[in-house]
Amino acid sequence: MSSIIESIEKMQTRVDLPVFKAGDTVRVHFRVIEGSRQRIQVFEGTVIKRQGASSRETFTVRKQSFGVGVERTFPVHSPKIEKIERAMEGDVRRAKLYYLRGKVGKKARIREKRAAVGA
Amino acid sequence: MAAIIGRKLGMTQIFTEDGIRVAVTVVEAGPCPVTQVKTEETDGYQAVQLGFGAVRPKLLNKPELGHLRKADSPPVRHLHEFSVDELREGLELGDIVTVEDFSSGDVVSVTGTSKGKGYAGTIKRHNFKRGPKSHGSHNVRRPGSIGAAAWPARVAKGIRMSGHMGAETVTQRGLQIVDRDVSRNLLLVRGAVPGGVNGIVIVRPQ
Repeated sequence: MSSIIESIEKMQTRVDLPVFKAGDTVRVHFRVIEGSRQRIQVFEGTVIKRQGASSRETFTVRKQSFGVGVERTFPVHSPKIEKIERAMEGDVRRAKLYYLRGKVGKKARIREKRAAVGA
Repeated sequence: MAAIIGRKLGMTQIFTEDGIRVAVTVVEAGPCPVTQVKTEETDGYQAVQLGFGAVRPKLLNKPELGHLRKADSPPVRHLHEFSVDELREGLELGDIVTVEDFSSGDVVSVTGTSKGKGYAGTIKRHNFKRGPKSHGSHNVRRPGSIGAAAWPARVAKGIRMSGHMGAETVTQRGLQIVDRDVSRNLLLVRGAVPGGVNGIVIVRPQ
């Protein structure tokens, strides 16, 4: 990729966001514009993937809402994201947690990551 | 009113002030020196020729260098002629057209050479439908009937068939300038632009 495009993308990226990865539970505070008003909507759930690179990166959050699985994909560097809170760091072995889509209830849980012994 | 010659650098996306993502093509456009001004008296019509793409003088031949020397222009690889109403008025030899002549929100059309697809069949080239793949069919990607038999005993002119596709001049109209970068000679054009990366494109008013 041309270095000029890389620098354009770099200008768009945000540095104020926390580190998070697939398996983490996050609260995304997303700015919603309704007509002339705007308010903050919070979407809380498990990150099942991060996709793309640089300013084009997106992440998908999955949650259960009234018994139905809901997934929402956000651009990581969107100015519409007010903030992202990392509620829990998950202990998972893969980068894309598509297997959660077929599971409900107890089986859809993710262990919390504990600090390694002696660390 | 402005027209310019540029080089396609590739595509990316940017966020608008409202936080909406917009797909943009980055075009490195200009600086384009005016290399010739054609007038009614000398050439029978009015036009302005612009140059683009700095190059070592060794790569040009003597007639090319002589043509550019007349205009006091640096050695350039590409030349293109524009009609006078596509450009800002009063351009003279020695003037330089840059992206400063464009502003965000301008609607432009972009001309480039599309990517070559080689010898392509009718499905890819003319959006024909394919035949059945199974039940003994051999008509999977064949073109089908190209006309009747004994009469007229020939194939009508203009029947769409397989052949060379792409690598032709394509103009995409109605594209919007999203942003520009004067210091780096960049135009960000909303959407896609004909041709591959490093292709030469011409940006002109709609």
